[in-house]
Amino acid sequence: MIPEAAAAGASRVVMSAADIDRALTRIAHEILEANKGSKDLLLLGIPRRGFPLAQRLAAKLAATDPSIDADEVVGQLDVTMFRDDLARQPTRAPERTRLPAAGIDDKVVVLVDDVLFSGRTIRAALDALVDLGRPRAVRLAVLADRGHRELPIRADHVGKNLPTASAEKVRVRLIETDAAGSGWSGSDEVVIEAGL
Amino acid sequence: MRHLLSTQDLSLANTIRILDTAEEMAAVGEREVKKLPALRGRTVVNLFFEDSTRTRISFEAAAKRLSADVINFSAKGSSVSKGESLKDTAQTLEAMSADAVVIRHWASGAPAQLATSGWIDAAVINAGDGTHEHPTQALLDAFTMRRHLARLNGTDSTGSNLSGLRVAIAGDVLHSRVARSNVWLLQTLGAEVTLVAPPTLLPVGVEHWPCAVSYDLDSVLESGVDAIMVLRVQAERMNASFFPSTREYSRRWGLDDARLARLDTLGMKDTIIMHPGPMNRGLEISSAAADSSRSTVLAQVRNGVSVRMAVLYLLLSGDLRDPVARLQSPSISVDNLPNTRADETGVNAR
Amino acid sequence: MTAQKTAGQAGPEATARYLIRGASPLGKARTDLLVQDGRIVEIGSGLSAASATVIDADGLIALPGMVDPHTHLREPGREDAETVETGSRAAALGGYTAVHAMANSSPVADTAGVVEQVFSLGRDAGWVDVRPVGAVTVGLAGKQLAELGAMADSRARVRIFSDDGICVSDPVLMRRALEYVKAFDGVIAQHAQEPRLTEGAQMNEGKVSAVLGLAGWPAVAEESIIARDVLLAQHVDSRLHICHVSTAGSVELIRWAKARGIKVTAEVTPHHLWLTEELVRSYDPVYKVNPPLRAEEDVAALRAALADGTIDVIGTDHAPHPSEAKDCEWAQAAMGMTGLETALSVVQHTMIESGLMDWEGFARVTSAAPARIGRLAGHGRPLAVGEPANLVLVDPAARWQVDLRTMATKGRNSPFSGRVLPGAVVATFYRGHPTVLDGKLNTPSRQSGPRGTEGER
Repeated sequence: MIPEAAAAGASRVVMSAADIDRALTRIAHEILEANKGSKDLLLLGIPRRGFPLAQRLAAKLAATDPSIDADEVVGQLDVTMFRDDLARQPTRAPERTRLPAAGIDDKVVVLVDDVLFSGRTIRAALDALVDLGRPRAVRLAVLADRGHRELPIRADHVGKNLPTASAEKVRVRLIETDAAGSGWSGSDEVVIEAGL
Repeated sequence: MRHLLSTQDLSLANTIRILDTAEEMAAVGEREVKKLPALRGRTVVNLFFEDSTRTRISFEAAAKRLSADVINFSAKGSSVSKGESLKDTAQTLEAMSADAVVIRHWASGAPAQLATSGWIDAAVINAGDGTHEHPTQALLDAFTMRRHLARLNGTDSTGSNLSGLRVAIAGDVLHSRVARSNVWLLQTLGAEVTLVAPPTLLPVGVEHWPCAVSYDLDSVLESGVDAIMVLRVQAERMNASFFPSTREYSRRWGLDDARLARLDTLGMKDTIIMHPGPMNRGLEISSAAADSSRSTVLAQVRNGVSVRMAVLYLLLSGDLRDPVARLQSPSISVDNLPNTRADETGVNAR
Repeated sequence: MTAQKTAGQAGPEATARYLIRGASPLGKARTDLLVQDGRIVEIGSGLSAASATVIDADGLIALPGMVDPHTHLREPGREDAETVETGSRAAALGGYTAVHAMANSSPVADTAGVVEQVFSLGRDAGWVDVRPVGAVTVGLAGKQLAELGAMADSRARVRIFSDDGICVSDPVLMRRALEYVKAFDGVIAQHAQEPRLTEGAQMNEGKVSAVLGLAGWPAVAEESIIARDVLLAQHVDSRLHICHVSTAGSVELIRWAKARGIKVTAEVTPHHLWLTEELVRSYDPVYKVNPPLRAEEDVAALRAALADGTIDVIGTDHAPHPSEAKDCEWAQAAMGMTGLETALSVVQHTMIESGLMDWEGFARVTSAAPARIGRLAGHGRPLAVGEPANLVLVDPAARWQVDLRTMATKGRNSPFSGRVLPGAVVATFYRGHPTVLDGKLNTPSRQSGPRGTEGER
């Protein structure tokens, strides 16, 4: 454990809870606009933090368009088994993949994740989707894009672009997924930490 | 976890992890594309010194669903029967760069020897050794019981144990690797186990096991059970005087039609009947019991593939040379990590 | 032949004098011992070193040369596992001056011809006295008595008879054997193992075998044969020796028999004084032995019995095997452990350093008692003037790590491999000749007369 105080000098908050909420609100509007409404929309969050973000987006869609059932348009897509670095990382237990009963065929799937970095997770997600069915289109929404792409992938909807050095770490903390403590205030935030 | 040799050395955390992963694997089996790319480029050898088509095809299906290359090495009728030793066979497999060896052997301890001898560097999975253990069978049995319990409680089985579940294991415990693996695993998961067998078919030393022992199946049923696991009894045991006749055996210790009916009259409507297969219908289990709605025999076979996928995945997907790192669970969003090995321990380690 | 005869009779060896300076006989007061012409010729402090090779024995304990009642030398037949030459080298390094070679060779030592062959091989090697054990039954088959009398009358002068490795399970045959050997003061050394109760047996039957799924070798299979045989020995008033006693129950039976005056002696191996069945959990076949390693309480009972005299002797049951016999599945592996080169250290660790026994007791169980059971003249004698110079010098403070590569035996199946053991043999004198000096093999003794002629009739 690195004491939070020691790390504090080298880390800075780049998105507050209010910033995150505003960004999600904007993304929700962009999604509706790009899709010309809510027809066939399906938001698939990538574990772990992409899923609560997808749920929040769905709630915002439902607030805008009462015909939307927030539970019906959101799901979770686990990409663990499709990663290209399984043999180089500690073993990861897979997370659950949850899809609405209607499946993904002919849907407009919006993949939702917290941070877009190398692009490898999204590459794995595209492979995972292929094995589940054939969506009409796939889009990508991320809370933060920190650059340093290693694959030809870009996001359709970005909460905030974060110029970072490759050694820096971007840490997203959400009340749904992250335990309080270790000096964390307990409200949503995006932090950039200096690399070691 | 570098190898899976027995359930005795499996922690509760690792047991739950395997069962939870198996749940995700089971979901894959229900998809149109029943295949995952996780073990692409890995080689799994099924090394069978003893015939067991069921276990072999279950492991084969599991490995193939994870996209591993599978080599079946039946050591019966091969050079082994001409006197090639386990050591030479192991070194041959090592030379062929096997990543995992699934071994079935008639000799107790052969998988442990393979894992500790230094003959081979692959992960070793015990697919049944002599009268010692059959850990994946116990895991699939636990998986089956856990799903049953979750369905009754209307809860999600993921993350749960078998606390309070009353399990009776009836039959030839002495010669059963399935019974041994189940006793340890069920104990770890919090179930209450009672072994029911003729005294001749219980090992000396069973009194040290973490379970109850009874010679009377009827009284065990009357005291209430949630799952009855019936073990295979080989008729040739009769010739060695373990019991007088198959008729007497099935009358006293078989799950026959009368005892099946007794479950109903005792009001145990949710009690399931399990059997690791292959069954001797009419000896340890009646056809009516085997085919009843209580029977989970086919579910056990189906769950076997999921559990074996989970075991193969967990043993093979990570860096096998780093047992400490392998026990970590992912704690942050993975795309946050620069894709270099030097950073493996960066954020995860905190 | 002429040259050897010269060397044997008139060479420097024959007149060699050795002054052992400052040794502690049986761990008692320090003194000097002068050895000449195969005998101890003087004992006392400040002896003259004139024309003698001086051996500084300061801090060393002098003990009578050890006698093993139970060794497998494998020759003839399994020279890949051990030969009389390699086995008796190992014996000398272990502090032995005599070993009894078990009969389960190929061909079986069940005729005067085979026992004389083994005897001659031992004499030719010249490291220790090799005393063959004769088989009780022809081919160890348990059907028909071997020619016990012919073996007793042979040059090998066999006195211990055993089908070791196999139990003489037929009670009538056992009775006849016990009776018959009285004619020449022989003894039957029984391998107590009821065969039907131990079919396919792999390890001690108990809580560990239950978990490991290995077929059990129950204590009762040993104890029931011992109970039967002590009663038979009482009935026909014969000498009975029980090989490698391994259970607490066996100890109780032998204690009971001795209290009744039955002429029974008993033996325990070094490994049964230390190792337990817990080691089998590794499935490493180096721990596979017959009788099997038992439980902690058995080990405690065996130690107590050796200390109080219920068990008379240490027998190594030295059983070398080629590596392929152990580099395999447990169930297929051969049973047995090597022991000649570790026996002294293991007994020091288990009996002396535990406070159960002193060096005088050590000499009793490793030398005097086994020589008496085997009616072996010239061994197991006190360290006194005029006695044969079969003796060993031990450094009790030494610590050494068992290294299979440096052992003299061909067998690589020591269960003590890698362990650090106390006590080291510094020198072994066999018939007045140092077979071991500075802890290393020296030269064999050639003083036993022209080979192949002595004793011819």
